[in-house]
Parts: sequence; C-alpha cells; structure tokens
Amino acid sequence: METVLSLVVGCLFAVSLYLILSKHIIRMLLGVVLLSNAVNILIFNAGRITSVAPPLVPEGAEAPLSDVANPLPQALILTAIVISFSFFAFLLVLAYRAYQDLGTDDTDQMRVAEPEEDGPPPLGY
Amino acid sequence: MRTIIFRFTAPYLTALMVLFSIFVLLRGHNDPGGGFIGGLIAASAFAIYGIACGVAAVRRALGFHPMAIAAAGLFAAVCAGIFSVFAKSGFMTGLWIFPKFFGTEVALSTPMLFDIGVYLVVVGGISSIALALEERESD
Amino acid sequence: MVHGAYQAADFLVVAPVALCLLFGAGLLMIRKRVDWHPFVAIPGFCLLFAADVLLLLKVAADGPRTMMMGDWQPPFGIAFTVDMLGALFVTTAGFVALASSIYATFSISRTERRYGFFPFLFLMMGGVSGAFLTGDVFNLYVWFEVLLIGSFGLLILGSEHEQLDGATKYCFLNLVATTLFLVTTGYLYGLFGTLNMADIAEKAGRFENDGALLTIAVLYLVAFGMKAAAFPLNFWLPASYHTPRFVVSALFAGLLTKVGVYALIRVLLMLFPPQHADLATLIAWVAALTMLVGAFGALAQSDLRRLLNYFVIAGIGTIFAGLALTEPGGGAAAGMVATSAGAAATDAAAGEAAALLPGSTSQVVGLSGAVFYAVHSIMVMTALYLAAGTAARIAGSSSLRVMGGLWRSRPALAALMLVFLLAVSGLPPFSGFWPKVILVRGAFQAGLPVLGAIILLTGFLMTVASARVFALAFWRNAPAAPEADAENAVFRAEGEPAPLVSLLPLLMLAVFVVAAGILPQWLTELTDVAARGIVDPAAYVGSVFGGGS
Repeated sequence: METVLSLVVGCLFAVSLYLILSKHIIRMLLGVVLLSNAVNILIFNAGRITSVAPPLVPEGAEAPLSDVANPLPQALILTAIVISFSFFAFLLVLAYRAYQDLGTDDTDQMRVAEPEEDGPPPLGY
Repeated sequence: MRTIIFRFTAPYLTALMVLFSIFVLLRGHNDPGGGFIGGLIAASAFAIYGIACGVAAVRRALGFHPMAIAAAGLFAAVCAGIFSVFAKSGFMTGLWIFPKFFGTEVALSTPMLFDIGVYLVVVGGISSIALALEERESD
Repeated sequence: MVHGAYQAADFLVVAPVALCLLFGAGLLMIRKRVDWHPFVAIPGFCLLFAADVLLLLKVAADGPRTMMMGDWQPPFGIAFTVDMLGALFVTTAGFVALASSIYATFSISRTERRYGFFPFLFLMMGGVSGAFLTGDVFNLYVWFEVLLIGSFGLLILGSEHEQLDGATKYCFLNLVATTLFLVTTGYLYGLFGTLNMADIAEKAGRFENDGALLTIAVLYLVAFGMKAAAFPLNFWLPASYHTPRFVVSALFAGLLTKVGVYALIRVLLMLFPPQHADLATLIAWVAALTMLVGAFGALAQSDLRRLLNYFVIAGIGTIFAGLALTEPGGGAAAGMVATSAGAAATDAAAGEAAALLPGSTSQVVGLSGAVFYAVHSIMVMTALYLAAGTAARIAGSSSLRVMGGLWRSRPALAALMLVFLLAVSGLPPFSGFWPKVILVRGAFQAGLPVLGAIILLTGFLMTVASARVFALAFWRNAPAAPEADAENAVFRAEGEPAPLVSLLPLLMLAVFVVAAGILPQWLTELTDVAARGIVDPAAYVGSVFGGGS
C-alpha cells in the first residue's frame, strides 16, 4: 500500500512541478494546489498505513485494545489542508488582481517592479 | 444567477445552513464536526446569499465587517488559552465547568470557547474572500 | 521535569505570541477607529518588547525553558521551548517591531491603517515570535505560514502595480519554499515518528549517517535557504522587497530572511550535526556566492531601495559563512582549504580565535559570530530602510540620480544614515565590525582562508556601495532639475514627517548599533551561550524531558 501511494505522490509531484514551471500564473496556481495535495498524501504515507480502526481508548482500558490508525498524520494533514486552502484563496484573489491591473498573466511580461531599462547608477557628480 | 426562484429560496437556505453550521460546531467536541467545518458551512451560506441577492445585502445582514468577525474569533481563541494561567497548567489546557441552568447541567469549557473562536475566524475570513470575489464578478 | 504546575512567570514563554495575536485581533475589531490604532499598537509593541526582555533575562538566568501546550507530556504535545538563541532573536525582533511601529505612526496613511496595517503587523510578529519560540518542527511550519499571511497583507498594502507584481513573485516562491519545508517534515516524521525537536536531537545520534538523513538535511537546507534568500535561491528578494511601504520593507528586510536563518540553525545545526558537517563545504560555497552576489548587485543599482535589497542578501551570505565553519580537519570544506600552507596558518590562527572566545571550538566561534551578525543585521537593515524612507520622502524619490543635498537640509538624518552605512559595511566602531572580526578569524581557524578573504572583500565592496549612496544622496548638492519621476507623486503625497518623531526610531536603533560596536562584550557573551546551546543541546533536551534543569 505504501509503495502504491509513494508512486502516486511521485506522479503528483511531477505534474505539479511541470505546471509550476509554466509562465502563466493560472497554471502555476493549479500546480501549487496539486503540490499541496501531493504533500498531504506524503505525510499520510509517512505515518504508515496500518489499520482503519479509530484511535479511541475504550472506557476502563489504559490503551487501545487492537491496532488503530495513526492519528498524528491526520492532525498534521488537517492543519496543512486548512493552511493550503487559505493560501490558495489568497493567491487566487492576488492573481486575479494582478491580471486585472497588469493586463497579463505571463510572468515574463510582469516587469513593473524590475524595469529592464534601468541603467547603472551615476558614477560621479 | 438572479432568477426569481433562487432569490426566493436563498434566504431560507441561508438560514437553514447557518443553523446547521451551529449544530455542527456544538456537536464537534465528541462527534465529527467542530469549528472549522461549521465555519465553512456558514461561510458558504453567506456566499450563496451573496450570489442570490448581491454582496451589499450580505454585508447588511452580517452587521459587522467579516474581518471584524474573524478578529473576534481570534481574540476568543487566544483568551481560551489564557484561562490556563489561572489554573497553573500549560497554555491551552482544556478547563471545564459544569454549571446548572434551570436544573440542566451544561458543560462549558475552554475547548468550546476555542472552537467558537475557530468558527468565527473561518466565517469571517472565508466570507470576506468570497465576498471580495463576488463583488468583482458583478462589476 | 514533570510539566504540570506552571507559575505565572512560566507563561513568559508563550507571552510574545499571545500578546501579538490578542493585540492584532483587538485592533482588527476596532478597524474603523483608525485614529485609535497607534495608541493601542504602540503600547502593544512596548508590552511585547518588555515580555521579550523579561524572557531573555529569565533564560539568561535559568537556562532553556519549556512549556507544553495543553499539558500534554513530551514528546506527544506541542512544546514551546526557548533557549538563548530563540530569546535573543525574539528580543531583537520585538525591538525592531517597536521602532518600526513608531515610524509607521506617521508614514502609514489613514486608508492604509484602515486596510489593516497594524493588525497585519501584529499577526506577522506573532508568526515571527512563534517561529523563534516553538520546539516542534511542524509547529515551526505553522508559524512560518502565519508570518507569511501577515506579510502578504503588509506587502499588498496600497495595491499599486509594482506591489502586485512584487507580491505575486514573493507569494509564489515563499509558498513553494514552505511546501518544501512541509515535504521534508513529512519525511522526517516518517523516519523518526516524532516531531519534537528535543526528541529528534536525542534520537538522531542513534541513526546511521546514511542517505536518508542526508536527504532530509539537504532538503531543509534548500527550503530554509530559499526563505533566507541564499544564492542561488535569492531572486525573489530583489524582485519584491522594494515594492511595499518603506516601513514594511524595513521589517521584511530585517526579520523575515533571518527567520529562515534561525530555522536553519535550529534544524540543521542542532538536530543533524554530522550531516551539517557533510554539507559544510556546500554551505561555504553558498555563503561565498551569496555575499558576492549581494555586494556586486548593490554596486549595480541606481535605486536606493533596490540597492538595500542587495545589502540584505550580502548580510545573509555573511551569516551563512558563520554556519559553514566546522572543526578543522573534519574532512569537510576540503574544496576551500587552499594548501597545506593554509593548514599551517590554521594552527596559528586557532590560538588567536580561541583568545577571542575562550575555550571555544571553531564551530562555536562561527555560530556565535553568525548569531551576532544576524542580530546586527536585523537592527541595521531595518534602520537603513527606515532612514532611506525618510530620505526618499524628503527628496521626493528613491533614485540615486535624483536624490541629493540631504546633508545640508537634514544633517541629523544624514549623520544617522552615515552611522548605519558604516555599520552595514562592517567598519568600526559600529556593530557590524565585531561579528566580522569573529567570522574572519573563525574562518582562518577552521581552515577556510578563502571564505575569510571573501568576507573581507564583501566588506570592501559594500563600503564602496555605501560611500556611493552617501556621496550621491546626501553629500552632493541637490541636482538642478529633478527628473519627472512617476514615483515622486507617491512620496510627496505622504508628506514630510515631523523631524522629531521620524528620528526617534532611528535613534533607538542607532543606540544599539553604537552600543554593540563600542561595548561588544555583553552581546558576544550572550551569542556565545546561544552557540554553545546549539552545538551541545543537552540543556535544551533537558528542559523538555527533565533532568537538565
């Protein structure tokens, strides 16, 4: 099971990397979404796929009676999902504003902050 | 999206979803649910209302600015942690009291305050983003 | 130590974070009362700084302190552990935040305050403080994201074309960097089954130094190197740091890259010492190239703000140089050891460096110098951007072609700027001098004469760039006909500040710069304790698991 999931993670990483390397912001956004999903599966896989029983200790017992699922990766993934979701929402608004204001979603043409024809500083006075 | 059917049903749908979101929030301590998912349900309720009746109507209905709601939630969540100073336990420790209202025992706790804080943060944060996006579409 | 009964003083460990979040939330709730914002924010930052100082004093007296969140016992709960390194960084951060908030009271307009300048500032400081105080790797990731969200909000304040452009690049690259951090943390969890730093520090020694640990170490180096803007991952910084308001640039330049450096020190040097030794050569090359890129980049700029961006990068390179130092003859850094003659010089230099910090290995010397330089860099970069902001507002532009005549019209500002420029170049008697002395001597001691030479060369090049800034923007007479610059309108619109208020934050920072330059001993003692705590984390582990303190 871990092997299969590892392959899935690898594929997702490859696809997201391809998308992030694009010049267009919207594709980069999609790449970022895929990347965060790939990471979530990776963390899940890192916690090992053991059992599907919920990790609850029955009343009166000191420890779970049988094998239980590892709860920590799930907590980590939940946090990571929340964070990546809010970041995606923010980036979406930002990219939309940038597209409206700058009139392009091609990062090569976004040179407002770093103009190309910026000569050297004055060498004397 | 301004069809008459949608505009007629949207307020009822919104009210129902907000009610359900509070239910999900409160059952969260012992069952699936909680502040985050409840907040998402409420935020999507306001988003639906915004699609149907316009962003201005939602802002009027909310009363407070969404970011102010989120801020109140953050404030509540941090306060929930600070209570542990008085109990001499680690920051964010869950503290419970069981007062009786009219003979019924009600469980009040700092995790619940924290959860309500998370709920408000999510409602405020997500609906402010959703409203910002909807506002632009209508331009 | 059984974590149970905490006294009120123990809550100092979480106080910086809690204060920031409380004040940020409170300010956001009164977002419409923009006139009240400064009167709430300034006491808030004073309180934050006071808590930071108390924490530093407590750590200096009692050693590392730990608080477990929610009374979960280690290693299961989230630990907040503060040692000297974290306390030093968090205190410095509190100080520059206080100075910047005073500066912001007049430089940030009412609409920008309404948009949420002070709440975002508190949110970012909460993230920065949390990152410096946490003792859990995943929690460190969470605080990174918190500070990123705060910084995004500050970065697009004003929503000008330039800012949207810069913010897009900044956001994407930082998001990729933190995702890489998360990937690595996933691997780390898969390998160790724990994310508590003290627990990992204890267990890492039992692992064989095989490929898995080295992979994790390299991935952390890449992720944090990207956050810290080390060569060749530095391109986002000059593309974005000059676009927001000056006070925002000041805080970013001072703090955010140093959070990356701090995380690198904490994770790579404390948790994986053998892997760090393996990577020392790589870090040395990265440091050398980062310094040179920063210095040459600064020489090529015609805009004051963009020139300062490259000063930040050069500073990061200097800090990395301190992290590259390991024990001489450790097999590491072979590429940079010049000849056997160099090795002979090493022994001679070893004695001298030992005299500087008695009883220290070269790793401790390097780390101590790096921490000292980081503290200095936080202070002086913030000060430079703030001073540049005032200068640009008076001159009506930040282009070196247009600025001029400030020495005549504003002698106090020009004098302060000169102090900061000399400090950033590493000239005595200011704070940049001593860490460079420590680092250069440490580099020779560790058998890396090339690295030491590059530190000196960078200092020389930065002196040239600084001199050019001072000569063009301050010393010469104002050019006869200022070019019609599109930016002029923006700067002029902000209005000229009252001289006293605008100089107060600069004076605060200058006091540190001069004090650390003339009397460096108190600071080197603290950084030395911090460095020893990283090289030998027994006290850190002890404060989490008991037995140490």
